Amino acid sequence: MQLTVWTYEGPPHVGAMRIATAMEGLHYVLHAPQGDTYADLLFTMIERRSKRPPVTYTTFEARDLGSDTAEIFKSAARGAYERFQPQAMIVGASCTAELIQDDPGGLTKALGLPIPVIALELPSYSKKENWGASETFYRLVRGLAAAQPRRPANRLARPVCNVLGPTALGFRHRDDVREITGLLFQLGIDVNVIAPLGATPEDLTRLPAADFNVSLYPEISDVAVRFLEKEFGQPYTKTIPIGVGATNDFIVEVCGLAGIEVPDLSAFASNMPWWSRSVDSNYLTGKRVFIFGDGTHALAAARVAADELAFTVVGLGCYNREFARPVREAATELGLEALITDDYLEVEAAIARLQPELILGTQMERHIAKRLGIPCAVISAPVHVQDFPARYAPQMGFEGANVLFDTWVHPLIMGLEEHLLGMFREDFEFNDSAGASHLGGHGAAEKVADAVAASAQAGEGAIAVLHWAPEAENELKKIPFFVRGKAKRNTEAFARDKHLETITLETLYDAKASYGR
Amino acid sequence: MTQLIPPLAQKALSDCAAPPPARVVLRERGQREVFCGLTSIMWLHRKMQDAFFLIVGSRTCAHLMQSAAGVMIFAEPRFATAIIEERDLAGMADINEELNKTVSRLLERRPEIKLLFLVGSCPSEVIKLDLGRAAERLSMTYSPRVRILNYSGSGIETTFTQGEDACLTAMVPELPETDAAELVVVGALADVVEDQFARIFEALGIDNVHFLPSKKAGRLPPVGPNTKFLLAQPWLRDTARTLEARGAKHLPALFPLGAEGTTHWLKAAADAFGVTAERFNAVTEMPRARATRALTRYSDTLAGKSLFCFPDSQLELPLARFLSRELGMKLEEVGTPYLHSVHMAEELALLPADVRISEGQDVDLQLDRCRDARPDVTLCGLGLANPLEQEGLTTKWSIELVFTPIQGYEQCGDLAELFARPLNRRTRLAV
Repeated sequence: MQLTVWTYEGPPHVGAMRIATAMEGLHYVLHAPQGDTYADLLFTMIERRSKRPPVTYTTFEARDLGSDTAEIFKSAARGAYERFQPQAMIVGASCTAELIQDDPGGLTKALGLPIPVIALELPSYSKKENWGASETFYRLVRGLAAAQPRRPANRLARPVCNVLGPTALGFRHRDDVREITGLLFQLGIDVNVIAPLGATPEDLTRLPAADFNVSLYPEISDVAVRFLEKEFGQPYTKTIPIGVGATNDFIVEVCGLAGIEVPDLSAFASNMPWWSRSVDSNYLTGKRVFIFGDGTHALAAARVAADELAFTVVGLGCYNREFARPVREAATELGLEALITDDYLEVEAAIARLQPELILGTQMERHIAKRLGIPCAVISAPVHVQDFPARYAPQMGFEGANVLFDTWVHPLIMGLEEHLLGMFREDFEFNDSAGASHLGGHGAAEKVADAVAASAQAGEGAIAVLHWAPEAENELKKIPFFVRGKAKRNTEAFARDKHLETITLETLYDAKASYGR
Repeated sequence: MTQLIPPLAQKALSDCAAPPPARVVLRERGQREVFCGLTSIMWLHRKMQDAFFLIVGSRTCAHLMQSAAGVMIFAEPRFATAIIEERDLAGMADINEELNKTVSRLLERRPEIKLLFLVGSCPSEVIKLDLGRAAERLSMTYSPRVRILNYSGSGIETTFTQGEDACLTAMVPELPETDAAELVVVGALADVVEDQFARIFEALGIDNVHFLPSKKAGRLPPVGPNTKFLLAQPWLRDTARTLEARGAKHLPALFPLGAEGTTHWLKAAADAFGVTAERFNAVTEMPRARATRALTRYSDTLAGKSLFCFPDSQLELPLARFLSRELGMKLEEVGTPYLHSVHMAEELALLPADVRISEGQDVDLQLDRCRDARPDVTLCGLGLANPLEQEGLTTKWSIELVFTPIQGYEQCGDLAELFARPLNRRTRLAV
């Protein structure tokens, strides 16, 4: 039994819904009690989809238990087929229906519907949303593509690939697909099928016709692309094209898979390298950043943060254990210990302890950041309505790199302003507790930053409370809030090291000299 | 449009005295596009400030709670989910022992909790986890510091607002005993509405008015054979029955939506407590006139417009009565998840004879009827609203009605505005 306030992932059947809702001509019959229809609003409200998800829920009640829930399922499946006339159907159970063991697959088979029906086994009490999406996509690919012949190699035509992984309710999937298919086209590579987003079951039967697969979101597509490689000999991409460096690597990788020359990359310029090299960006150097999200996005963000913005990554982690290994490896390379957890309280504690200057996280970390008064940008699902912008805002490719620069830098206080705040702490109109002037301020910042420092201190438990001499405490208050917590921690650690009981003005500056910024 | 609002509820009162005409109610079973009872924790956890709701359920329950309101409320919520895992189900862990540990962890972290609800869910009901026994067992450990109660908010037994009914029903045995003639207002109301009603009752000279639930779970209203209670919300079937079992008497009335409903509701209490007609008029005259004035601002927008209500909170019948009688809207269909014929008798009597009333749902069939009717305004849940807007219908999200102060005189205008706004928006937009 796990005590949870907020969850990073929904149950696995919500993952299956993300696949079904992304596709056309597919219908999902879900054995589920009243109330599980809440999941519809994830798509209609958060993603603003204008169509209902193609899901029929059986809506059984307590009085049906033990009598005719199986019959309810059969009539719902039959009714859904007749009403929606899908090309194919997936059937399965939500957490409650899993317990009553009605076997949706067997029941639907008995109906003898004239379309492919794929039964899903999604264990709700051990697996989660991403796993459910991945498993559903794999079952669909396996069920619909397996019997198809492989396309004979035709070296005269342009190379062809599939783009796999984008779903409904994904973080910027819509825009990433447009960016990456545009890039592939410019490279001279045609796209055979994009799936699941926008694909029909019939499209999935054409997957084997491609030369290779682009695996955009391994959380969703990894199992499917491995299957396609084994079954049809289609290789797949391993690079996630987030950031300039990774996009360049991706281009080299796909050109290799397509058997074409790597073109002159200067044609695909991104503004990001120059924006990052221009002197205005100097103040970004060494900004302490905490990164948390799904494994794929967290890894990509760490590379961009370190190599392309010259930030210092002080924390790195992911909530999906399935992708913990590469995140652990990346963290080790950065000299960190990865935070692998789906407990947001643990993430909050880590952030409070590390006192980063910027958080790159999910919707959850955005809330943590708000509470702690730390700037934040969202880089990964889980997402909220604000993370579905009206404008084109990919994360991937060269335009994606531009978007990353803008959205990550925007929450920070700008360079000169930061200096002025450091110099004139006591101006009644222009001070750090008013927050960044281009963001309309976060009034309570000072209080919050102190609370953070206090909670970080409390977290250190048994260590004796140090005494701050009044003049040292006053001096501490002159340090802008966005670095004050860190300065306080450093000074106290320094004092403990030196076995000092009281922190004086001298101690404060000794510590400063010893630590640097 | 001159006389939309009856001068007083006298007309309504006499209407109610006549037996309600026999109505044909369309009862449907099929896919229901409604929330389960857990969702009412969304307002209960804010209303009762020293209570905490621990859902014993699945990851789905936890996910519902953070998605249902459309926003995550990160001001440390007073609810959480104890997620049942495979090892609990496989018997590798003693589920009761696990629950004990979870509760102890929670109470350590939140020492200010005075009342803890163990809330049953679909999975806990299906595996027949006895939360009543668990609550008793844990009460022995944590009493008197923490009182531990239980109820079920499962979707297999409760729809949305019925979760509040189940919660309050669990509280009724805890209410202290009294012989005093007191008034209890039952059903969670916004704080501002509760304060307004309290002021009106005071002005009417009705002393000892209590609210259930109240802001502090520790301040439970006493109940006994001389207690009279008003239902502030239409979803309290079991709570009312349990209160009656303790001797309290229900005061039948319209629900306090709109000027007419509010007047009728207050009058029921006034009559039961011997308030004179003069005093009643004197106290209610001003706010009633204000309500009437506030409504006229929206009557041009809403009069003659047709309305189709999908079932959601059980507020649908009183709302339809208000919108048709005080704002002149035309009712196409009024759906409700559950129709309590006794509590709804007054409301039913005032609805036009030709309106289609439906109970339960088969959402695809109901959508077909809605598309046929092409109503000017459709009241529906969040899962249906955007798809219907895309089809060219104007919608009002029903969940907003349980998260907005809409009861009482001073909120009449706000309630009308909620329905006028989507129409107004459609008129303004030129994109």
